Amino acid sequence: MQQGSGLTRTLALIPSSVMIGIFFLVPFVLIVLTSFSVEMDNGDYELGFSLAHFERFATWFYIERALFSAGLCALIAILSLLIAYPFTWFLTNFGPRTQTLWLIYILAQLSLSEVLIAFSWQILLSRTAGIANILVWVGLAEESFAMTPSAGAVLAALVYLAVPFSVLLLYPALSRLDKSLTEASRTLGASPLRTFFTVVIPVTRPAIISSGVTIFVLTLGAIIVPQVLGQPQHWTLSVLITDQAIFNFNMPFASALAVVLLVISGSVIFAVTKLTGAKA
Amino acid sequence: MTSTFTRRRFMGTAAATGVATLAAPSILRAAGEPIKVGTYGGFFEESFKEFIYPAFTKQTGIEVQSVAVPTGETWLVQLKNAARAGVAPADVSLMAGTPRNEGASQDVFQTLDESKLSNLKNLSDKFQDRREDGDLYGVGGVSWYITLCTNSDEIPVAPDSWNALWDSQYEGQIGLLGLASNSFLLEVTAVTHFGGTDILDTKDGIAQVFAKLSEVVPNVRLWYKDEGAFQQALQDGEIPMGQYYHDVAGLAASEGFPVVSTFPKEGGVLDSGYWIVPKDAKPVDEIHEFINFMSTPATQGILSRNLGTAPVVNRDLLDLTDEEFASVSSPGEPIIPRYDIYGEHGDWISDEWSKMIAG
Repeated sequence: MQQGSGLTRTLALIPSSVMIGIFFLVPFVLIVLTSFSVEMDNGDYELGFSLAHFERFATWFYIERALFSAGLCALIAILSLLIAYPFTWFLTNFGPRTQTLWLIYILAQLSLSEVLIAFSWQILLSRTAGIANILVWVGLAEESFAMTPSAGAVLAALVYLAVPFSVLLLYPALSRLDKSLTEASRTLGASPLRTFFTVVIPVTRPAIISSGVTIFVLTLGAIIVPQVLGQPQHWTLSVLITDQAIFNFNMPFASALAVVLLVISGSVIFAVTKLTGAKA
Repeated sequence: MTSTFTRRRFMGTAAATGVATLAAPSILRAAGEPIKVGTYGGFFEESFKEFIYPAFTKQTGIEVQSVAVPTGETWLVQLKNAARAGVAPADVSLMAGTPRNEGASQDVFQTLDESKLSNLKNLSDKFQDRREDGDLYGVGGVSWYITLCTNSDEIPVAPDSWNALWDSQYEGQIGLLGLASNSFLLEVTAVTHFGGTDILDTKDGIAQVFAKLSEVVPNVRLWYKDEGAFQQALQDGEIPMGQYYHDVAGLAASEGFPVVSTFPKEGGVLDSGYWIVPKDAKPVDEIHEFINFMSTPATQGILSRNLGTAPVVNRDLLDLTDEEFASVSSPGEPIIPRYDIYGEHGDWISDEWSKMIAG
């Protein structure tokens, strides 16, 4: 009996495994293989084993870009959680009808593409049509000025992009939170604020961590916002990968950079699960 | 990915999906079958379909099937992949300078038969690409200028020299193309400050030019890869000055936007697409007939009037009026891109460039 159910389970796994194998594993292996390919005399590339592309990465410029990307995305993850967590917590205290309407509204935000968001923010922060004109009108500024391109603009647009994801990732944990825990805390004399910090947050810590990691990995792949709203010093590693792949057509180097990006995301996910797994 | 499709900038993704269908094995070609002509997708392709192909078919009886090709090296890679399967995704197509040099050294193109190209004499030597042994493999098709463009509301008197890029009064006000190999700013710097592009012959020379070029970085507000993004900013006056395409700037001006394109006294940058023929293209006679047709003064005149491109045939052969000619070209000596350096020192230049623009 036990054996039979094991076999059924294995059989049931086959279709999805094949799909994942074909659509995720094969491209992944190709990227890794390409990143080690060897340059030939006429400038073309062939499969082989060469560390040249990784050596090219190992200069301060690219390492600094990688560190900048990781730092930027970590900051975005933190900021979007700071906005999304209190919002989601208050949302779960409303009635089911209000909650559903808000969730539909937030889901709708996800249909906006990164391109649309980047260009909308560009107009919003421009000198000629942007919010600086409102500051002039109110009397806070002498004359209109451009707020883009700047690091702040990149950060604002990416946080804007990440907040709906954070809300949707936090919502299940917060809405399933056992109300008796908060009630117990209140009857024992804790203030709502204290309850929030000493009961709600610790209980939902796994959800906070997993949504933080998801936002980090998600924004690591953003290529439009940094280019449209930032200056070259705000461009992330993903932008450089696009440059190499599409404009310079140096697939091996683009693949090597992509492998580095994968290693960064992989180690962040690994470190976070390891650290929090031990404590949980 | 960016969604703006312009003629010089057709994203590889779309073309890559298209090429799979185009690369269907070609069986023996029956007479009267159309030849596949590749031009840059978007405005370019549309204009060719409207103004050029019908005239060619009328004159020669050869039908044309239009193929949208990406600019840049994407197209070369697609040609190489198709060649492994022994097919040609287009029988003849436009290709830019850097991939053309690389394609020639990787033996991707056919040698053209000059005896079938009676109109080749209309083109100056710079529009004839030859291998070291003198074999012809590329023929100039269309040209366009990159000039210094300004917003006349913000900058009433347009500067007449590339030196304006270095002028500190324009701090934070300039938009430049985002890649070494499409902005050709190394060439611009070499001509403006080092008396010509010969200094780019050596890596040391290129490093000197980079040092000079890095002085413009504080003035630059936008390093653009998407033409649309800069054009919008230029029209609005958000970024009042920068390098841009003379033909599109002219179109914007004719629509009433305060945009002025100036040929700097050092010359505008003249970039061109050349016709190349992949190794496996079969209808050789028809292809030569097409290239010959494209090299006539009449065809070049049609292109200049309708696409706003600069003619590749010599000025004295054209029936363009002085005014028409001035709107697409300039009699002064142009700055010709050094495509060879991007092949030879490509990785190094791209790294130095990325470091430079990141400050």
